[in-house]
Parts: sequence; C-alpha cells; structure tokens
Amino acid sequence: MTHATLRVHVDPDKCQGHNRCYSVSPDLFELDDLGISSEAGAGLVPAGLVRLARLAVANCPEHAISLTEVAS
Amino acid sequence: MSDSHPRVHDFATDFDHTDQAWVADPYPIWDDLRQRCPVAHSDRYGGAWLPVTHDLVSEVAYDTEHFTSRSVVVSERRPGPEDLPAPIGVAPPISSDPPYHGLVRRMLLPAFTPKPIAALEPFTRELCRELLAATDGRASFDAAVEYAQHIPVRVIVRFLGFPQEDADLFRDFIHLILEEVDLPAEEREERFAAVDAYMDAQIEDHLARPRDDLTSFLLAAEIDGHKLPVEHVRGTMSLLMIAGIDTTWSAIGASLWHLAQHPEDRRRLATEPELMGTALEELLRAYAPVTMARLVATDFDFHGHPFKEGDWLLLPFPAANRDPAAFDQPDLVQLDRAQNRHAAFGLGRHRCLGSNLARMELRVALQEWLARYPDFELSDPAAVTWSAGQVRGPRRLPLTIRDQGR
Repeated sequence: MTHATLRVHVDPDKCQGHNRCYSVSPDLFELDDLGISSEAGAGLVPAGLVRLARLAVANCPEHAISLTEVAS
Repeated sequence: MSDSHPRVHDFATDFDHTDQAWVADPYPIWDDLRQRCPVAHSDRYGGAWLPVTHDLVSEVAYDTEHFTSRSVVVSERRPGPEDLPAPIGVAPPISSDPPYHGLVRRMLLPAFTPKPIAALEPFTRELCRELLAATDGRASFDAAVEYAQHIPVRVIVRFLGFPQEDADLFRDFIHLILEEVDLPAEEREERFAAVDAYMDAQIEDHLARPRDDLTSFLLAAEIDGHKLPVEHVRGTMSLLMIAGIDTTWSAIGASLWHLAQHPEDRRRLATEPELMGTALEELLRAYAPVTMARLVATDFDFHGHPFKEGDWLLLPFPAANRDPAAFDQPDLVQLDRAQNRHAAFGLGRHRCLGSNLARMELRVALQEWLARYPDFELSDPAAVTWSAGQVRGPRRLPLTIRDQGR
C-alpha cells in the first residue's frame, strides 16, 4: 500500500523574491543571497508542515509555488 | 488635490488621481470602473490609461515589451532627452528596463534580504518606543504626524548613513516629488536640482570617508567590473529615500486608521500575537499605498484600446487588491485571511526591493503601538486627510487614547 507524500517546489523563473513563503515557513523554504526562494532539501513536506506548505502556495503573488503528490 | 486641475465628472473618460474624490476614497471609483471599462482613459497629463482589474494590472506588470518604466510617476512632465535614457532611467532600477534592470537589481538585492533587514530591527523598535514615550500622558495626538511619518525616514536615513538631523529635509523632498505633481514643470525641475545637490554632497563625503552603510555599498558596487556612474548612484539613493519613506509612512498610518475604527481587530492583535503575520499582509492588501506608472513603449492595441507610444499608464496595485475576481470579499479586512496573493509590493521583475524593510517597519510600529496604546479611536473622522498622488496614506490622523496601557 502506497501513501502519498507531498513535494513542494519553487519555480526559480517565476520567483521574484517577495519572501512570503519564507515568512510562512522557514523550514520548508530557503533564500539565496538575492532573496530568491527555493524548496529546502528535496522539497518533501513532513506531515506536520502540510498546512504551511498549502498556505505558502496560496500566498505566493507570482504563483511560483507548486505542491505535487509523490508516491512513497 | 489640485487647484489647477478641473474637477473630474467621469473617471472613465477623464480620470485624475489627484482629484478630491479619488484622494478621499478611491475604492468606489475603482469598483465603478471595474464594472464599466475596465480600462479608463484621460486626456490629462498628455494622455493616460488606467486598468483596474487584478488581471489587467498583472498583465501590464509582466509586459516589459509594450511598457517602459522610464518614468513611474505621472506628472505634467514626461522624461525628455535631458534625462538618462532607457534602459537606465533617472532612478535605477525602478526606472530601468530589462536586461539592464536585472543587472542593477541583482547588485542591490543582497542588501534587502531578511537578514540585513533584521539588523535594523532593534534601531526601529527603540525609535518607535522613543516616539511613543514623547506622547506620554496626552489624551490625543496626531499619529500620522507624530508617529508614523518619523519611522521610515529615520530608518532609511540610518540605512543610507546620512545624518539623523537631516530627516526633516527628506520629508519636504518627498512631498514635492510624489504629491506636488501638478506644479509647473520649471518649479519641479528647480526643486529636483536641490535633491541632487544634497545627494552629491553625501556622495563626496562618503567617497572621502567610506563607512559601513548603504551609500558606501553603492559607491563600491560594480557592474561588469565597472563602478557605477555618479548619476546612477545618486538616482538609486534618491529612489531608496523616496520609495522607502512615503510608502511605509502611509502603510503604518492606514493600519492605525483601520485599527482605530475596529476594536475587535485591536483586541485580536493584542490577544493573538501569532496573528500578526497574516494581519500585516491583510492590512497591506486592503490599504496598499502604492500605485505605479508606466509609459507605453510602442503603439499597440491593448484589449481594444489604441495605446500610443508615450501615453502614461497608471498601474494601481491597490485596485488590483480590491478586485472581487481575485479576492473573496475584498472590501472586508480579515486579519486571518488565509489566501492572500496581494500585489501591494507589485508583481514581476519590479517587485518592491524594500518589501522586507517595509514589513519589518510596519510590524514593529504596530507591535510597539499596541503594546503602549491597546485602545484608541479617531478623534474626529472628518479631520483625517489623505495624501494626493500615487502614494496613498493618512497625512492627518488625530487619535484619542482611551486606555493608557502600560
């Protein structure tokens, strides 16, 4: 039996450095020297952070963040 | 609020963002235009357009082919051959177009990420406490004049490494540049020259004695191995000052204006401090101070409208933030609004460079205010006045303190 895990991803071509996702969850996202965001590590969302991942998606003004299901 | 401009009777065909009705309450005007247009036109300022939906505002913000940022403040005077030409423009990078824009912006971005901005927080908090201490024991005072306006000026003055005692000087500069847009071109020119002269003196001083501040950072910065031309440094310094002051002053003032009228929101912020994150974004959405502008770069058809090269386009991010197609119940302030892709700091490649600085100042200003004055109201709603032009915020905000707090 598989059970879905979520992976969060920031499209670097769309991110303009608003830092909204980072302020929602510094655990899920990290910033480079220019303030451009990317997912931390492989982007796998721990069960306890799913709500924050969804919040980050819903608050990105550039629609740069996606959340997809990966089988695990 | 112009004496020289006739009153507007129809904003769809003759809009003017300095008209009394717009200054007092622009939201019903934008609602009306959203139903009827949604791209308004005006022959004023030599010809200008105004899209009011979130979709159209986004489309323009992302389109750097048909629109140039060579000038971002609508006035009677268009940038002429005496100005730095695109792609640099008079105040890079806000006035720059790609690809040059990207080079300048990348140079500046590291100074504005959360980490360096956090270093300014203790100064900001101390400043807010000092300003509040000066109001001690008074039953009422003007929160725009005595509190909000001092915060961004003094923070940016510190960031740039200018003398703190020059803070007052900057408020006059900014009023001229952003609000007195209907002055004769010659008079504006003269007063712009005074701003340039001040910057030149600061540049000389910093070249002679480099120190750890933003001005020295700019003077040492290189693009493609070359130091920036002095007019570029001056342009960027004025930009940081202009863009960093009126805007945040407005956001702090508008937030206090809202809280003064909504006791339930005051109570929630006081009892649920974790709400501050979404509350800040919601106040920024609902009372976004900044409307930008573009110049049309080339003749083309924009959704059936004949845009001509050199036409102004007013880019009202605050109107995008109140579009019911993009936000559920947009006129209702919901401090815990979960989905909030607001455009208060713009969209696309010109996203406000100082957004982290502005957020930090607004958060600290509200935290410190609420800690000292948890209960307050407007002394007289009719006494509140709002700025005219592309930055909207209260300029007179008399408040009455109901509970002296701590």
